[in-house]
Amino acid sequence: MRPSDLLIPLPAGLYCPLADLFIDPVKPVERALITHGHSDHARAGHGSVLATKDTLGIMGIRYSEHFAAQMQIAHFGEPISINGVQFSFHPAGHVLGSAQIAVEAKGLKIIVSGDYKRASDPTCLPFDPQRCDVFITEATFGLPVFTHPDTAQEIEKLLRSVALFPERAHLVGAYSLGKAQRVIAIIRAAGYDAPIYLHGALEKLTAYYVAQGAKLGALKPVAGVAKEDLQGAIILCPPSSIQDLWARKFPDPVTCFASGWMRIRARARQRGVELPLVVSDHADWPDLQRTILETGASEIWVTHGQEDALVHWCQSIGLQAKPLNMVGYGDEGEAEAEPSTP
Amino acid sequence: MNRFAELLDRLAYEPRRNAKIRLLSDYFSTTPDPDRGYGLAAITGTLDFLHAKPAMIRTLIAERTDPALFALSYDYVGDLSETVALMWPKRETNLTNHSLGLGEIITRLSTAKKSEIPALLANLLDDLDETGRWALLKLITGGLRIGVSARLAKTALAQMAGFNVDAIEEVWHGMAPPYEPLFEWLEGKGPIPSTNNPVPFRPVMLAHAIEESDFTALDPADFIAEWKWDGIRIQASSGRDENGNILTRLYSRTGDDISATFPDIVEALVGLNGTIDGELLIIRDGKVDSFNALQQRLNRKTLSSKLLSENPAAIRAYDVLFIDGMDMRERPFHERRKALEALIKKLSSPRIDLSSILSFDSWESLELLRSRPETSIAAHDAEAIEGCMIKRHDSLYVAGRPKGLWYKWKRDPFIVDAVLMYAQRGHGKRSSFYSDFTFGVWKGDELVPVGKSYFGFTDQELIEIDRFVRKNTINRFGPVREVSHEPELGLVFEVAFEGIGASTRHRSGLAMRFPRISRIRWDKPPREADRIESLEILAAQGRKKS
Ligand SMILES: [Zn+2]
Ligand SMILES: [Zn+2]
Repeated sequence: MRPSDLLIPLPAGLYCPLADLFIDPVKPVERALITHGHSDHARAGHGSVLATKDTLGIMGIRYSEHFAAQMQIAHFGEPISINGVQFSFHPAGHVLGSAQIAVEAKGLKIIVSGDYKRASDPTCLPFDPQRCDVFITEATFGLPVFTHPDTAQEIEKLLRSVALFPERAHLVGAYSLGKAQRVIAIIRAAGYDAPIYLHGALEKLTAYYVAQGAKLGALKPVAGVAKEDLQGAIILCPPSSIQDLWARKFPDPVTCFASGWMRIRARARQRGVELPLVVSDHADWPDLQRTILETGASEIWVTHGQEDALVHWCQSIGLQAKPLNMVGYGDEGEAEAEPSTP
Repeated sequence: MNRFAELLDRLAYEPRRNAKIRLLSDYFSTTPDPDRGYGLAAITGTLDFLHAKPAMIRTLIAERTDPALFALSYDYVGDLSETVALMWPKRETNLTNHSLGLGEIITRLSTAKKSEIPALLANLLDDLDETGRWALLKLITGGLRIGVSARLAKTALAQMAGFNVDAIEEVWHGMAPPYEPLFEWLEGKGPIPSTNNPVPFRPVMLAHAIEESDFTALDPADFIAEWKWDGIRIQASSGRDENGNILTRLYSRTGDDISATFPDIVEALVGLNGTIDGELLIIRDGKVDSFNALQQRLNRKTLSSKLLSENPAAIRAYDVLFIDGMDMRERPFHERRKALEALIKKLSSPRIDLSSILSFDSWESLELLRSRPETSIAAHDAEAIEGCMIKRHDSLYVAGRPKGLWYKWKRDPFIVDAVLMYAQRGHGKRSSFYSDFTFGVWKGDELVPVGKSYFGFTDQELIEIDRFVRKNTINRFGPVREVSHEPELGLVFEVAFEGIGASTRHRSGLAMRFPRISRIRWDKPPREADRIESLEILAAQGRKKS
């Protein structure tokens, strides 16, 4: 069996003809397997969805409880057989509930890794490397300039700034699923124990994380808090809000953005960011390389991001590699569209 | 180095002037000597690494990375120092001198032989983190571009110590990195640094633009008037050092030492033994030449004897700050003027003459002189006059722009000094140049755009402006570049226009009719550009050019 008999990149997503289902489809389909809850991977309107318990929980919050006609929980490491094809879910370390999906038939094994990272994250299970023949990798940060620094060190930068400007509010733009909760968890690990304020758009997902056991300390909605009480406060909001009118109601805010893109100065300045925090939920260049080698795969398919550089590197070490050129994922942002108002 | 790198990193993202000052003061008060002194030197542009050119940095990175990956990365990042800083391979072994101070790094780099520099630099890059690498590469290629001028850094020092920034300017020119006596003095641990330099720059006194309404409140009998010449404000000094050798200096109004550009003037200063304030002009056979003739002598690296003889420079003196080591600044103008007259007479140099005092008994009679200088002086000189200066008899020489002492009354009301804010690519044969300029004037602490123009300059000037735009770009929006426009860092245009009216098109609420760039004021810092109030007054008066 050739890899292209097992999985085919179609406009709607990766398609498995033997099982007649799609993985992370960007259009409504009859049967979908979903790696994680970011909105470019997890869309509403499918007939049936197979995903981890937390991914289903997150989709329920994002859309409505009835985001699909049928939902089935996939347990990590427990294979499910569909028409002779074995599917199994393994932690991807990206956000709560995120999974790599292994697709195996007649001795050929493909891993669809979805989005993943190798850096530590107290709010989700760590990436679990799987041996395979074909590894499908994202390439959001697929250039050698992307080496994410230690996250604790970035949060230290934020806390030093809070100490230096005690009369200013620190407004931290963070994606509402995963990034915001991880940032809070690391702020807590650094010993900061004052209440952290949340933009309305972050409240539900953060509450879900807390309900699943994340230790995030005292959290308060920022709406309705008096301006003078926010001096020296840390406020988390969706990235799109840091430049909004909404941001102007805070005391002389320092605008921060927690994202892997912040490693590039021009990107930070474009966004009007004053304190860039390089915190990413995607693998950086060295981790992409390390992961590709650890899978033992001889063939690498590269999707969403800087495909060219990663394909070039794979080929330079003798691996077969090709870009998948699928549209609808990631693109410029860090993988998800955000509502701009609470 | 880490601390300095963090400071640069933070400054590069900080748009607020006050926050920049805070970051700088924090750095200066928490960083030990000599590192903070070298940091100060780096920010004020007093360091020069002649050996580290971009080509060398490209060679170093090419030896360490895959060329295809470097090309893709450079293309994505768009900045050489940043790309190299981010891509530089991590050293696997333990870091040896991770905490190397900025001072140590600068000393090593500046004492190394040219042939040793690449290996030394590679070694340093190996030991730094990426912010450190970025800062080091920016530092050695001379392109910090963090929107901080020397003046702002000094303001931060002043704020840290609770001093006036002019007190720092007073001692600044006698000092060198790492400025330890300066910091001791600022922290109250040492005496005021004795400037071994007998010819330091002294902060200059500036005039306010006079407004129509001022005249009723001002008594002409309290004032003297002089022509306002269309040259460059300078300060000229000579004095003896501790060994008895005569030193001479010619400074621009901002304290840049321009002695090397004007050897003819410097020669004439030898017998001065004091400090005078005046206008630098080109005076040929007793006639004042155009500003263009002066422009040809500015920013020259080499001076031909032909240029010197064809465009001879001269000083038209109007004030004196020091004579024989005596500080004259605390004396009233009329006393200083007497002393100046005696000094210029004693000097009897064809290169230094006196600014003449105009006789007038009412503002009306001064107005006649101002609007028609050709009726009282030679027609040729009249063209080089841009108005009058009005000074109180009893005005002390006060650094900065004190209120109520000196006024300028420009000849053409429709001239403003505006600051370049945005530049756009031109069309046709100018498509490779940034040739459409949007400029602004001050409104409170910020610049607001007031007009746009794409002519008034020569092709040669366009090349120079274009170079400035490219070097000082802080943002890009398609074909438009935002150019640095900080109080101390930016480019001032003298803009001439036919009139001004209300407009909703510009954020300033004003629009100029037929604005053109009448001159490029390379010598003028943006903070001295005009303010919106002067334009609003013009708009309210609705006057037309006569
Ligand atoms: Zn994702
Ligand atoms: Zn993705």
